[in-house]
Amino acid sequence: MRFGIIRWVLIGLAAAVIPSVAMADWGALNMTEGVTEVSRQVYGLHMAIFYICCIIGALVFGVMFYSIFKHRKSQGAVAADFHESTTVEIVWTIVPLVILIAMAIPAARVLIKMEDFSDSEMSIKVTGYQWRWQYEYLDEDISFYSQLHPEHNAARQMDSGADLSQFGENYLLEVDKPLVVPVGKKIRFLHTAADVIHSWWVPALSVKKDANPGFINENWALIEEPGIYRGKCTELCGRDHGFMPVVVHAVPQEEYDQWVVEQREQMAANANKSDRQWSKEELVAQGEKVYGANCLGCHQVDGQGIPGMFPAIAGSNIVTGDVSTHVQTVLMGVANTPMSAFGSKLNDVDLAAVITYQRNAFGNDLGDTVQPYQMKSLRQGLMQSSATINQFDITEGVN
Amino acid sequence: MSYSDAGHDAHHGDHDHHGPAPGLMRWVTTTNHKDIGTLYLWFSLIMFFIGGGMALIIRAELWSPGISVVDPMFFNSMTTMHAIVMIFGVVMPAFVGLANWMIPMMLGAPDMALPRLNNWSFWIMPFAFTIMLSTLFMDSGGPAGGWTMYPPLVLQMGDSFAFVIFAIHFLGISSVMGSINIVATIFNMRAPGMTLMQMPMFVWTWLITAFLLIATIPVFAGAVTMLLTDRFFETSFFSAAGGGDPVMYQHIFWFFGHPEVYILILPAFGIISHILPTFSRKQLFGYDSMVYATASIAFLSFIVWAHHMFTTGMPLAGELFFMFSTMMISVPTGVKVFNWVSTMWRGSMTFETPMLFAIGFVIMFTIGGLSGLMLAITPADIQYHDTYFVVAHFHYVLVPGAIYSIMAATYFWIPKWTGNMYDEKLGKLHFWISTIFVNVLFFPMHFVGLAGMPRRIPDYSLQFADWNMIATIGAFGFGFSQLMFVYIIFKCIKGGEKATGEVWEGARGLEWTVDSPAPYHTFEESPTITPSTITR
Repeated sequence: MRFGIIRWVLIGLAAAVIPSVAMADWGALNMTEGVTEVSRQVYGLHMAIFYICCIIGALVFGVMFYSIFKHRKSQGAVAADFHESTTVEIVWTIVPLVILIAMAIPAARVLIKMEDFSDSEMSIKVTGYQWRWQYEYLDEDISFYSQLHPEHNAARQMDSGADLSQFGENYLLEVDKPLVVPVGKKIRFLHTAADVIHSWWVPALSVKKDANPGFINENWALIEEPGIYRGKCTELCGRDHGFMPVVVHAVPQEEYDQWVVEQREQMAANANKSDRQWSKEELVAQGEKVYGANCLGCHQVDGQGIPGMFPAIAGSNIVTGDVSTHVQTVLMGVANTPMSAFGSKLNDVDLAAVITYQRNAFGNDLGDTVQPYQMKSLRQGLMQSSATINQFDITEGVN
Repeated sequence: MSYSDAGHDAHHGDHDHHGPAPGLMRWVTTTNHKDIGTLYLWFSLIMFFIGGGMALIIRAELWSPGISVVDPMFFNSMTTMHAIVMIFGVVMPAFVGLANWMIPMMLGAPDMALPRLNNWSFWIMPFAFTIMLSTLFMDSGGPAGGWTMYPPLVLQMGDSFAFVIFAIHFLGISSVMGSINIVATIFNMRAPGMTLMQMPMFVWTWLITAFLLIATIPVFAGAVTMLLTDRFFETSFFSAAGGGDPVMYQHIFWFFGHPEVYILILPAFGIISHILPTFSRKQLFGYDSMVYATASIAFLSFIVWAHHMFTTGMPLAGELFFMFSTMMISVPTGVKVFNWVSTMWRGSMTFETPMLFAIGFVIMFTIGGLSGLMLAITPADIQYHDTYFVVAHFHYVLVPGAIYSIMAATYFWIPKWTGNMYDEKLGKLHFWISTIFVNVLFFPMHFVGLAGMPRRIPDYSLQFADWNMIATIGAFGFGFSQLMFVYIIFKCIKGGEKATGEVWEGARGLEWTVDSPAPYHTFEESPTITPSTITR
């Protein structure tokens, strides 16, 4: 009877699993070897300890199953009478200890290497925000934000009906603006966060480090091959934790130098934009895009928020009230809530646009505009007046 | 559960004995260790289905890429609540329930040392969990920052946060009181002549577990109180802006949290150390080393906490220390597994349901233990950390580990509790179906984790789709097959083949010397300890 039951269970399982096995494209089953010396060593440690575990498992389960088949009452086995042996107890304490020491030595060696930040050739500060990354090239004076690509962001909304297969393997692993770094250089990453704890992970580089608000962590990578390397935030950071990818473009040095020049030109062009007068229509059009990328996650498409969790924009006292309160809320955030300080995330144009948009959408009909140059002078004033904001931009979101 | 009070009273002649009080008030006012054990076990079973329902919501969302079932915020609430319910509402109460039922009988004691405290420690729990679960229906929603409740994220929660902290405090009070009771019972209520090194392994493992609880729950209470004051009273324990440090919370939490994971597994070790010898018809191999191994694990559990924090930016010396100490834990754990296998070796084994669950435990707990050894290798852990590989690891030690031990214990002792044998054929079917589905559910998580899927995400890239779909099939299969467990329990309570006092052929220990079902009051006169009533 026992085997009857087992047979039926196996048949049931096969019926459930085999069709999906047949259709499956298995993809990767194992850790990536990566593209740095460290990542290959980590992979080596992973495989070594995996094989050790397999051998231990095979031995233990082998003895156990031999016993299960041989020493059963139905086979006429009579129980033996032994129940202790100091010798074997000592043996199976010492032998695992030796294996562990053999494993601990190479592991410690790799760990020491991973924690050696000396002689880095360039530094990039990576700041985690809910839910995007900010990259600041400390030697180049370049700074920008990187967040989930708008097309992916639209597709991942509830019941979007989007065909996810168009994105292939990179669904949720594509950003609007990737981190660009040169190959062959020891890059030091400085990790911090503006609101809650995040964690910056790129498997191919074997780097994962928590970004703690108010503190700076170090990390490094020396990428050997040009390519696009993708990762994600790995520390739960709120509603959209699953939607803050990391994309690193590793390029040859010349290409990187050219990219740096382009970035500088672009930043100069952007700076000019905030000096001219913008029309209300322009601001609203730009603001709708900014809203979609930054506000929609919590305040929702219709501006109604989620009752009890995220306040509505439509008819909000703050939005329909005094403009300075509205500006202050967007710039400085609200303490102890997911509403973070957008003053450090958005440029003057986007700030002015999204505030104008909120005041003139979802049935809010104030008709006024906030101009980019107003934001610019306001922020300059804030920078001078507040000592807590100026240094690292990191404490304002959590105070 | 019915107790044959008439026969019992007659048996004890003219003593003024009380059976259970009539009606529902029996359960509210009871100070009887068996009643309270029963209450704990029912509570745990109900919470198992609540926590399991949450797991199925999680798995339903992860059935395919894209957000299609719940909002990501609610998804986070589900992962958080699933963990809180399963840890504090299922595994811990089940072990306390088993302790209540079995420890006095194993020691030859008439009841727990502190019976009224016992009643109180149980009755706090349903209220605490009502408060906890009610936050899901409040405007600001249930806790969604993970069961570890890391600040600053958890401080973004709305006002229902206060209810969460309040509920945790009460659960903690309940656990500490229960633990004090267990320690007091073990030290004071043993039958005359029973030395500590003659105690059954379940008693030993629970004694050590109780000390872990008493030592760590107050630490946890302190940590969540600091969260409470940070959130509502303007303190800055964990906020850099006020001179605090969010990582300090993680150190305090895991100083509790790591012993906590051993709290969830040590009593399981005890249960398995009863079942394997019984059905091998052979004494437990290496009793002394089992006791010492359990104590070493408990000691080591206090000095490994930061292995949950290798990516937080600890100094190198800290990382090395915690890597070595963590690797050390595999030595005493290995000793236990080797001892179990040696217990089976050259025994005369039969494979009733408790034995199947116990063997399932040893195999799958070992798989979880081996992936734990992999996680101890710090450089590799930096890749594994916060991925599904970790999810696979701790579910292997908790589901086919802790939960299997509780099911094994139920099948093992339910004839003693009800006086009836359970349906053996259904029990075995329950084991095989559960075992297949639990592996379909959790094994693929190793693969997606290694391939780069982080944990606690409601949506994922397409290359993880197939394995996630398989895991979801396993989840629903495993979840619904537990209805069999409930059916078997009810069937056993209602009737079945009458159990003898000894129940199992190879059974040893005082609990098997009393009738089945165990009378409402047992061992009012201390039993005499003989070699055959000692389990070692």
